[in-house]
Amino acid sequence: MKKFLPLIIFVLLLGLPFLGLSTYLMHVVILVLIWSVIGMGWNILGGYTGQVSFGHAAFFGVGAYTSGILYQSMGISAWWGLPVCIVVLLALSLVIGFICLRLRGAYFALSTLALGEICRVAAENLVQFTQGNMGIMIRERTWVDKTWFFYIILFITVGSYILIKKVMESKLGYYFVAIREDQDAAESLGIDTTFYKTISLCLSGVMTGIAGAFYMNYMGYIDPSIAFPLYDISIVTVMVVMVGGAATYWGPIIGAVIMVFLAEEIRSLPYIGAAHQTIFGIILILIILYLPNGIVGDFRKLMKPFMKKRGA
Amino acid sequence: MSLIEVKNVTKKFGGLTAMKDLSFVLNKGEILGLIGPNGSGKTTTFNVINGFYSPTSGDVYLRTQKVTHLKPHVLCKLGVARTFQVVRPLQRMTVFDNVLASAFIRTKTKAEAEALVIEVLNFTNLYEDRAIISKGLPLGKRKRLEIARALATQPEVILLDESFAGLNPTEINEQIEIVNKIRTQRGITILIIEHHMKVIMSISDRIVVLNYGQKIAEGTPGEIGRNPVVIEAYLGEEVCA
Repeated sequence: MKKFLPLIIFVLLLGLPFLGLSTYLMHVVILVLIWSVIGMGWNILGGYTGQVSFGHAAFFGVGAYTSGILYQSMGISAWWGLPVCIVVLLALSLVIGFICLRLRGAYFALSTLALGEICRVAAENLVQFTQGNMGIMIRERTWVDKTWFFYIILFITVGSYILIKKVMESKLGYYFVAIREDQDAAESLGIDTTFYKTISLCLSGVMTGIAGAFYMNYMGYIDPSIAFPLYDISIVTVMVVMVGGAATYWGPIIGAVIMVFLAEEIRSLPYIGAAHQTIFGIILILIILYLPNGIVGDFRKLMKPFMKKRGA
Repeated sequence: MSLIEVKNVTKKFGGLTAMKDLSFVLNKGEILGLIGPNGSGKTTTFNVINGFYSPTSGDVYLRTQKVTHLKPHVLCKLGVARTFQVVRPLQRMTVFDNVLASAFIRTKTKAEAEALVIEVLNFTNLYEDRAIISKGLPLGKRKRLEIARALATQPEVILLDESFAGLNPTEINEQIEIVNKIRTQRGITILIIEHHMKVIMSISDRIVVLNYGQKIAEGTPGEIGRNPVVIEAYLGEEVCA
C-alpha cells in the first residue's frame, strides 16, 4: 500500500481538473505544487546535505528572470526559460558554490542571505535587461484556463520527486548525508566534500530555478520584489521544509500544502485584518516548538494522542 | 620497505610548536605504535599524515610519492584511512549506512558496495547492530564502527587514534583481536596511537615515543620499556620496575 501511495496520489491529481474546481482553488493547488518544487530543491541542499541556505530567492528569481528576459529581449516564448534556465542556474550555482561553499554552518547561511539580496539589488539596477522596478510582463498569456499550467507543474513536481528519490538512494545521496552529519569525517572517508556540496547546490539551484521559470510563465509578471524577496521566497522556503520535515521525501510537499492553505485560510478569516500575519507566525512557532522534525519527521509523535484514545 | 615516511616535519600553531623536526618511517606490513604524554603531538602527526593539516615545513611520503599538501579525501583514495580519537560516527545514519557511505570509494555499483559492507561488518562483529542508528551505539561499538568505516575504504594503511580508550577489559581484548586480524588477514599496515600500555606493548612491532613534538625514542616494545628517557618523560618509575 505504502509503496503505491505516491502513484495513487499522482493518478488522483491527474483527474483533478475534471472535478470542475473554481479558478481560485486551481490557483491554490498550482501554488502548492510550485512551493513543493522549491521546497524539494531547498531540501537537497539544506535537508540532506545540511547546508542551510537563506538565499534560495536568488535561484528562484534567476529562473524567473531567465524566462522573462528571453521573452522581453529575445522575443521568444517564455516557456524556453524552463530548459534555458537549467544552463543559467548551473553556471550560477557553480559561481555561488565556489564562493560560499568554502564557508561552513552559520557563515554559509549568512553568505547565501547576502546573495539573495545582491540578486535583488542587481535586478533593480540592471534596467536594460530587467527593466528595473517596472518589471517584466508577458503580454500574451499562453492559456487563460489553468488546466495546462496545472499539468505542467504537476509533471515538474513528479519529476523532481523521482529525481530526488533516485539521487538519495545512490552513492550521491549517501555522500550528501555523510557531509551533513560530519564534514571532517566524510572528508577522511574519501569524500571530496567541496565537490559533492557543489553538486548538491547545483541540483538544488536548478530545481528551484525551474520553479521560478514556471512561475514567470504562470503569473505573467515579475519585478525584483516578487522574484527576489527575502521573506516571501527565501524564508518561506525554509519554513515550508521545516514545517513539513527536512530530509524527508514528503516533507516539502506536506509543508507546501500546509503553508499555502494556512496562509490562504488565515488571510480570509473575517475581522482580523492585518493580524493574519501574527496568527500565521504563532502557528509556525508552535509547529516548530512541538514538532522540531516537521510533520513528516514527527508523524508518529503527532499521531500518538489519537492512538491512545483508540486503545482506551 | 617504507610505506609512509615522515621527513623533518615541523608544525606550528602560532607560537606553539606541535611537531618539531619529526622524522620516522612506517614499514609495509608492520604495526607501529605512537606514544607520548598528552599534548606531545601524536594526533597532530596523524592530522599531518592524513592531510587535515599542512605542515609548516618538512614532507610526508606515501611509498615514493610526496603527499604533503594533499587533502584527506585524496589521501583516502591513495589508500590512507584513519579513525578519530573522539569518535565521529555519522550520527543520524544506521551502522550499515555509516559503513556504506565509505564503501563507495573503491566499488562501482551499490550492490558491490553493500556486499563489502556486510563483509566488513562481519569482520568487526558489528553485523548484528547494522540497523541501529549510530547515535545510540555504546562507546565500545562506536570505536569499532570507526574501524569498520576505515576498513570499508579498503586502505593500504590505517591510522588508529586511541581506538582502545574508554573500553572495558572484554572490549579491549575483542579490539586487540580485530586489530591483529586487520594485519594478518588483510595485510593492512597499521599506525596506532594508544595510551593503554599493555595494549601498545603487546601489539606493536616497533614504537615511536614523542615528547613536546619531538621523537625521544624509537625501538621495539622491549627496548622502549627499558629506555630511561622514556621512563622519565612518560612511563614513570612503576612500569619499569
